[in-house]
Amino acid sequence: MKILVAVKRAIDYNVKARPKSDGSGVDLANVKMSMNPFDEIAVEEAIRIQEAGNASETIAVSVGPKQCQETLRTAMAMGVDRGVLVETDEDVQPLAVAKLIKAVIDKEQPELVILGKQAIDDDSNQTGQMLAALLGWPQGTFACGVALADGKLEVRREIDGGIQTINLTMPAVVTADLRLNEPRYVKLPNIMKAKKKPLDVLAPAELGIDVTPRLTLVKVAEPPAREGGVKVEDVQQLIDKLRNEAKVI
Amino acid sequence: MEREAMEFDVVIVGGGPSGLAAAIRLKQLAAEKGSDLSVCILEKGSEIGAHILSGAVIEPRALNELLPDWKERGAPLHTPAGKDRFLLLTEKRAFPFITPPQMNNHGNYIVSLGNVCRWLAEQAEALEVDIYPGFAAAEVLYHDDGSVKGVATGDMGRARDGSEGPNFELGMELHAKQTLFAEGCRGSLTKTLFDRFDLRQDAEPQVYGIGIKELWEIDPAKHMPGSITHTAGWPMDMSTYGGAWIYHLEDNLVSVGFVIGLDYKNPYLSPFDEMQRFKTHPAIREQFEGARRISYGARAISSGGFQSIPKLTFPGGMLLGDAAGFLNVPKIKGTHTAMKSGMTAAEAVFDVLAASEDENAGRGAEITDYSERLEKTWLWEELRGVRNVKPSFHWGLLPALVYSGLDTVILRGKAPWTLHHRPDHEQLLPAAECTPIAYPKPDGKLTFDKPSSVFLSNTNHEEEQPCHLTLKDEAVPVTLNLARFAGPEARFCPAGVYEFIPDGDAQRLQINAQNCVHCKTCDIKDPSQNINWVTPEGGGGPNYPNM
Repeated sequence: MKILVAVKRAIDYNVKARPKSDGSGVDLANVKMSMNPFDEIAVEEAIRIQEAGNASETIAVSVGPKQCQETLRTAMAMGVDRGVLVETDEDVQPLAVAKLIKAVIDKEQPELVILGKQAIDDDSNQTGQMLAALLGWPQGTFACGVALADGKLEVRREIDGGIQTINLTMPAVVTADLRLNEPRYVKLPNIMKAKKKPLDVLAPAELGIDVTPRLTLVKVAEPPAREGGVKVEDVQQLIDKLRNEAKVI
Repeated sequence: MEREAMEFDVVIVGGGPSGLAAAIRLKQLAAEKGSDLSVCILEKGSEIGAHILSGAVIEPRALNELLPDWKERGAPLHTPAGKDRFLLLTEKRAFPFITPPQMNNHGNYIVSLGNVCRWLAEQAEALEVDIYPGFAAAEVLYHDDGSVKGVATGDMGRARDGSEGPNFELGMELHAKQTLFAEGCRGSLTKTLFDRFDLRQDAEPQVYGIGIKELWEIDPAKHMPGSITHTAGWPMDMSTYGGAWIYHLEDNLVSVGFVIGLDYKNPYLSPFDEMQRFKTHPAIREQFEGARRISYGARAISSGGFQSIPKLTFPGGMLLGDAAGFLNVPKIKGTHTAMKSGMTAAEAVFDVLAASEDENAGRGAEITDYSERLEKTWLWEELRGVRNVKPSFHWGLLPALVYSGLDTVILRGKAPWTLHHRPDHEQLLPAAECTPIAYPKPDGKLTFDKPSSVFLSNTNHEEEQPCHLTLKDEAVPVTLNLARFAGPEARFCPAGVYEFIPDGDAQRLQINAQNCVHCKTCDIKDPSQNINWVTPEGGGGPNYPNM
């Protein structure tokens, strides 16, 4: 069985995102970028399945600019066998990414696709679901546990108020939630070895996919600064403030 | 458990200007001579540039020598230095002063040194230097004969109590014929080498400053790319060494910072609050109105200059850049000298490694040729010429300005005497002899508190790891630092790492190691040298963008 994992190059989770002064987006100039943390969990899960002897090959795929090669190298340093980059400088939105990943899946024919549940930059939480729909495959989203048995996939999902367990027939799409696993530290010699692993670069046009954005970004702005609290004299004043200032009652 | 080992010809500890310049020069020489040479750089920051903080106006002299076509290669030197101003401040007034000759910046560039390092790393990688960010060199390894064998990276995934966590990974050994220590000011491994090889025996004590920097995006109408301002005087008193810089870069960015000599005496002094207070000066505050602060950070710098340069070589390795202390203090520049030292080291190392076919040539050797070559370069002459400026500040600001003019302009640095330094950590006076300083409250617009500042440095450390700020004696913070010096670590740390909190009737020290921006001030200024800064897990610390 082949496993395909999707990885996104996103702003590092330690970096405080800052809107550009004209509101046209987040300022990414010389900002540290790294693999989307949920994708790291997806990669870890794929490798664990392979290490348990349940997968013959693991492939990481990324969509984005040339620098995404570094993200793929990180996945390969963790243990993935090879990488595929669909290189584009366009602003790719979830539907375009899902279509591109589907095109790669059509070529590679994996039986399991694992993605992070969402990327920490745009928080869309759409690509995995759209991909499953495009493929017509079952999906196990927000996975906190994945087990393979008799050609079926048991996925434990984090839902409001508990855990839901579902059985999927393969091939299937899984999106990783935070508690699925804790990704390993990358070892130094593995970074060296990863430099020699195969990495194919494709263009969206080669895959016959139009990536033109369909959504228009209107504005990116900082959340309003929190104002300091005040002490109220009595209940009457509290009610007055809630009614007339906060307008919540 | 046995650690895995990797072999290189040269291992460089630290991906700053000196380490990167050394790596590039080594590979250039190898390419010229058609020989094969493996070079590896270890960097504790999460990426190259993540821990780099500087003003910075840089002199391109060394860069011109290393990569003469840097412009065509797209080096991020975009803003030529323009008009220089030097202001002497009193609380309410600013008096323009003649710009000291060393501070003339014609031909220099205002840059983000972090971005320059990111670019240098691309040049190095194109030459097939192996760069490993996110791995901290935590230990020096020695051969049986006592020569340096290489370094080991720190273990990853240890729990707070030192035990192995679920994702534990043992560190790696990196063995090399020569190990180049380019850790920057107060390197934690360099410090152990000073002791082991007695490298400081014939040198004056190193002295330091702490630089605190903020990056602002200002009103385009007030932005003058290339504009350079330096100040001396207020808010420092006449006997405390300190001053500010304000540089206008490209894209409406302004770098503002304050440097304070760590030989300050009043334990109540807080470098962070002095920096905040500085911005409120009537001649300064106007340009920050309506502006937004986008980054913050701090770093110690070596300011001992010529007489504090230690012995640079030892069997198996050598010291580069600010780890040795090549900062030109009156020029307030060290990038060009750091790079020059790296390049000179590379040339000396290459000649030994390439001299014979023997695959062990140069392994564990002491290459004193490095120091001899360095003494013949412009770096040596430059630092020698200004050696008396910094120590003259012991006499106070005005006598120092007069003396420095005399020493450098009239005597042209050829005075037959050399002034001495005194170690910074011995300079604090007991709190009882000093007046507490009342700093104004931050307004959240121009002036800020420490937590909101550290937030902008994008600092993080894996939470469950052993504390990297180690105390030789757990009792000292309370029995000595608090009792005699009113707990100076709570003030000299620019990141709020050290906090005295009530513990019953007494107080105890809490160390918030996660906030640490790796400036090394605590390791320098702690009065009894009780704090020992060691490397945390690789990848921890600040993530400075554009600093």
